[in-house]
Amino acid sequence: MLRFLLRRLALAILVCLTVLVVSFTLTRLSGDLAVAIAGPNATAEDVAIIRKNYGLDRPLTVQFVDWAVHAAEGDLGRSYQYRAPVADLIRDRLPVTLILGLTGLVIALLTAIPLGVLAATREGTLLDRGIMLVALLGQAMPSFWLGLVLIIWFGLKLQWLPISGVDTWQGYILPGIVLAFSAIPALMRLTRAGMVDALASDYIRTARAKGLSLASIVLKHALRNAAMPVVSIAAVQLGFMLGGSIVIETIFALHGIGYLAWESILKSDFPVVQSVVLLLALIYIALTLLADAMNAVLDPRLRAV
Amino acid sequence: MSPVLEVSNLRVRFGQTAAVRGVSLRIQRGESHCLVGESGCGKSVTALAVMGLLARGAERQADVLRFHDHDLSQLNERGMSRLRGDKLAMIFQEPMTSLNPAYTIGSQMTEVLARHRRIDRRAARERAAELLGRVGITAPGLRLGQYPHQLSGGLRQRVMIATALLCDPELLIADEPTTALDVTVQAQILRLLQRLQRELGLALLLITHDLGIVARMAQRVSVMYAGQVVESAPVKALFAAPTHPYTRGLLECIPVPGTSRRDLPLGSIPGTVPRIAPGFVGCGFRDRCAQAAEVCAGTVPTQRMADDHAYLCRLAPGWSAAA
Amino acid sequence: MNLSVRSLATTLGGVIVGGVLLVAIFAPLLAPHDPYAQDLMRRLVPPEWMGGTPLNPLGTDQLGRDYLSRLLYGARISMLIGTMAVVTSGAIGITLGVLGGYFGGRVDDMVMFVITTRLSIPLILVALTVVALVGSSLTVVVLTLGLLLWDRFAVVARTTTMQVRNLDYIAAAQAAGASRVHILLREVLPNIVSHLVVVATLEMALAILLEAALSFLGLGVPPPLPSWGLMIAEGKDYMFFSPWVIMIPGITLFVLVLGINLLGDGLRDLLGAGRRV
Repeated sequence: MLRFLLRRLALAILVCLTVLVVSFTLTRLSGDLAVAIAGPNATAEDVAIIRKNYGLDRPLTVQFVDWAVHAAEGDLGRSYQYRAPVADLIRDRLPVTLILGLTGLVIALLTAIPLGVLAATREGTLLDRGIMLVALLGQAMPSFWLGLVLIIWFGLKLQWLPISGVDTWQGYILPGIVLAFSAIPALMRLTRAGMVDALASDYIRTARAKGLSLASIVLKHALRNAAMPVVSIAAVQLGFMLGGSIVIETIFALHGIGYLAWESILKSDFPVVQSVVLLLALIYIALTLLADAMNAVLDPRLRAV
Repeated sequence: MSPVLEVSNLRVRFGQTAAVRGVSLRIQRGESHCLVGESGCGKSVTALAVMGLLARGAERQADVLRFHDHDLSQLNERGMSRLRGDKLAMIFQEPMTSLNPAYTIGSQMTEVLARHRRIDRRAARERAAELLGRVGITAPGLRLGQYPHQLSGGLRQRVMIATALLCDPELLIADEPTTALDVTVQAQILRLLQRLQRELGLALLLITHDLGIVARMAQRVSVMYAGQVVESAPVKALFAAPTHPYTRGLLECIPVPGTSRRDLPLGSIPGTVPRIAPGFVGCGFRDRCAQAAEVCAGTVPTQRMADDHAYLCRLAPGWSAAA
Repeated sequence: MNLSVRSLATTLGGVIVGGVLLVAIFAPLLAPHDPYAQDLMRRLVPPEWMGGTPLNPLGTDQLGRDYLSRLLYGARISMLIGTMAVVTSGAIGITLGVLGGYFGGRVDDMVMFVITTRLSIPLILVALTVVALVGSSLTVVVLTLGLLLWDRFAVVARTTTMQVRNLDYIAAAQAAGASRVHILLREVLPNIVSHLVVVATLEMALAILLEAALSFLGLGVPPPLPSWGLMIAEGKDYMFFSPWVIMIPGITLFVLVLGINLLGDGLRDLLGAGRRV
């Protein structure tokens, strides 16, 4: 077990380093970054000045080492657009994205798990088919389009919920629902599959032979075992949702890091872009490690040395 | 004396398969009754039908299905669950998978008491520890805190037995409880069941395919074939005068020291248990039976060797002596 | 699940995908107008059934272009992106997965490392960045998606290869002295291909959705190409008064992706490729 954890940790560190390289090289793809920053109307002189000011005239390896060393110290460089430290920008924007991601995850889990359990306990019935059909429909729904439809419908026709910004907590509801939508089908299928397996298992027969109540059989005995893979996938999904929130933040005008990244891409503000890529990757890696740890806690067979 | 369990003409269908076709059983207090037969003959289905644990889609019918003064055929799932684990207990063949891997032994035992008895946690734990001791588990306090994967198969089956006995059941159904275990562990578990049955005055319905276990454990035996009890008798009478051709075939498959001749091959029954569709008439064994005749395709009579020894066959009681 | 319901769903999926494919191929014959022809005097004409004219059955967009024609031509972009991205990502992912699954050990460690790295990179963000830097064009979008979407191919190819590797006929081929390339291409690949076909449908659906999302964010295929995602983005400013400008391409996109998923689910059952996770 310890060996396994150490291997996972080593892999995670290696991946972190690679991501560092990737996010750095990503922004150098265009060839000459200075030209991109300067924009189409700049003169050759402007470009030369920019190149010198941003240190882009140094060899790539020097630039990378310089950036990586600073990044490790928490200094992610300065935004060209905002003329402020990238770390400060991210610190201001990150809470919005995190709250949005967690809202989405909570909505997704609160929808997917009960529906998956219900479908499994009614396996093969019309209800089961209906629920699986919803999963299929949800999977095919383009999330940005769903966001727009919800804005038209809720925000304008019904006027129940705010459709942009997060001045109040209600502002998180619609974007949270849209974000949850992308994770619900997978979580629901997984819950259902796990529950179908668990309900057919010998220990459920034992639980029934012991005369336990239906609630105890389904929720305590079956769901506990079916939940283990769901927990790992939920952590991974949260990572995907934080990465995917860029679309939803732009639609609902939420000023999180996704919105920040989108603005920065449009304005060639590459220190911000590469920092957000790095940050999201690190969060994802941390979440997968967390999922492993949670599974070790949930599954007594893994807990043992 | 009224029996603990009385079953009359029990029928179970799974879609187009008639798994149990008119089984009748009576088990008295303190009696151990063995249900014996090849796999697929409907022994386990009979037990699950009594417990109300049949898979969804199964249809159960019976003229009488009575446990003490409870008419089981009239009880809904809620009512059944009140009896199960309390007065009516069952253990299974697969000790390795029959315990929930996610919970400790203690948790899985005390939840039974929490369900059926109004007692506090400490008393429940003490009761669980007491029963673990009773089934021969040393250091019960330690075991209560352990998880199933930390226990061997034999220990897990002991835990299953202890759990089944928590609420002083009157009937214990044991479905092939030792089949998955090593031979030495098998003997220990059987001895344990025997002792507990004597001490607690349990009625035991033991399901097995092993005639050696029958000889050792049973007072009464019902031989099942293709969803029917083809012969039922006290254990001594059955071994002394097996009358149904299938029972005779089964007995010829076991070597008995001193009686079987070395130069003759051990008997075996050719063929396998057929799948019976609803509406099937006649003897289910006729395709494999050496004595089969045309009348075997018609209704088969129940005949008696003695008051307590019945069998389901056209052949007259003394046929085997003449053969 | 009931067999007839399943086959019905699979057939429906097949009909949808086949239909869209035909539309994509024959768009020039089917479209009533030039999808790029603007008519600023006839902007945002509603669809025929909402009070429009039979001249533009689905109405016109904010530049007066015929919506039906743009929708039909848009099928070309979606199908092209879907297919090409699957071919590219399939080639990368299957190669990686089969190598890792077959050779195990160090090779597999390396493959797992590459897969993990890919999964940790935020997909949409990186795709947007690449398109922004390299310049938006159909080719760039196809390549970007192809280079990013191979992870599931790799994971599935790796696990199924591992299962196949230990089977008797592989050992027999090895014993007979077959070359590694021969074993991989002739013995391993045909036995895992049914699983990969199912992955291909999932990835195709994902690629189509991602293209639409990228185009919606303004960093996918460039205007005036009639991408469905781009149509939604362009209609966004008018959606409160003319909701059909986003409903029509949105529903089309939804139906196509649904069709691909139905087809994938049907193929999974048909080919016995196991349950989706």
